[in-house]
Amino acid sequence: MEIKKDWWKFLSIVLVLTAIIGGMLIPVPRLAILNETIRNLFYHVTMWFAMMILMTGSVFYSIKHLRSFDVMDDAKARISAEAGLVMGVLGLVTGSVWAKFTWGAYWVNDPKLNGAAVTILVYLAYMILRNSLPEERQRGRISAVYNIFAYVLLMVFLMILPRMTDSLHPGSGGNPAFSNYDLDDTMRIIFYPAIIGWTLFAAWFAQLKFRLFKLNYKLESDLFDLKQPS
Amino acid sequence: MHIHSVPIKIIALTFLILSTVSVFAQGDIEMADRMRSEGKIYVVVAVLSVVFLGLAVYLITLDRRISKMEKEKENQ
Repeated sequence: MEIKKDWWKFLSIVLVLTAIIGGMLIPVPRLAILNETIRNLFYHVTMWFAMMILMTGSVFYSIKHLRSFDVMDDAKARISAEAGLVMGVLGLVTGSVWAKFTWGAYWVNDPKLNGAAVTILVYLAYMILRNSLPEERQRGRISAVYNIFAYVLLMVFLMILPRMTDSLHPGSGGNPAFSNYDLDDTMRIIFYPAIIGWTLFAAWFAQLKFRLFKLNYKLESDLFDLKQPS
Repeated sequence: MHIHSVPIKIIALTFLILSTVSVFAQGDIEMADRMRSEGKIYVVVAVLSVVFLGLAVYLITLDRRISKMEKEKENQ
């Protein structure tokens, strides 16, 4: 690893470490029901932000693939979505743990929670769709188009629908999540770096996976060349 | 009929702000104050940091190994 090229990986370590140390130590507002668990903001909410940023990256590469038909762009779209899916599942599980403490149940029938669950299913369907198409070029194009739909659904289920109905979850039912009551200024100092840190950390995993894919692809095409009679 | 006059708004706003301040000041909302005052929170933070740094170092070695493979592939 070179500092010049891979500086963002070191930045991700520093920022996540900031989230761990700062998130535990800074003073937080004393709020009823939430109590000390308000610190989960640095760990649970950041998972969703990282997921959304990775899905944005995924749809970017899907559109790029539709313009270039490059196999590598398709792989980047898939791997970004995989990393985003991991973050999303972590967000769902951590949210469930937090919900048990604050709302008394691991799952409540809430538009934000159900929307998040549907979003996860939409992206699982993306993976299933990919695996069911054996032909490389066809798989690339069809799944790229589906990925654009999936991204629209993500926006609808996570950002729009929960805001149109009443919800327990902050950021829903007309309550913005970033009002002064939910998030005070000292918490922002840790919250924003934590988002960037977790996103870059997940992107690091995605980059490693992509590089392995590329190596494997080259290896396979070499074998294919060997098999061809010259 | 409407009581939305400016002074009333200001008084209401002042009251709201003051009530939030008092909520912050009073200690009847349960927090992990004792754990903090005894300094035990630093033990937890230290352990979390070590675990995360360990995983990060592991990821760096994985990254290096993949870089090595890439170089070998190019030199073929």
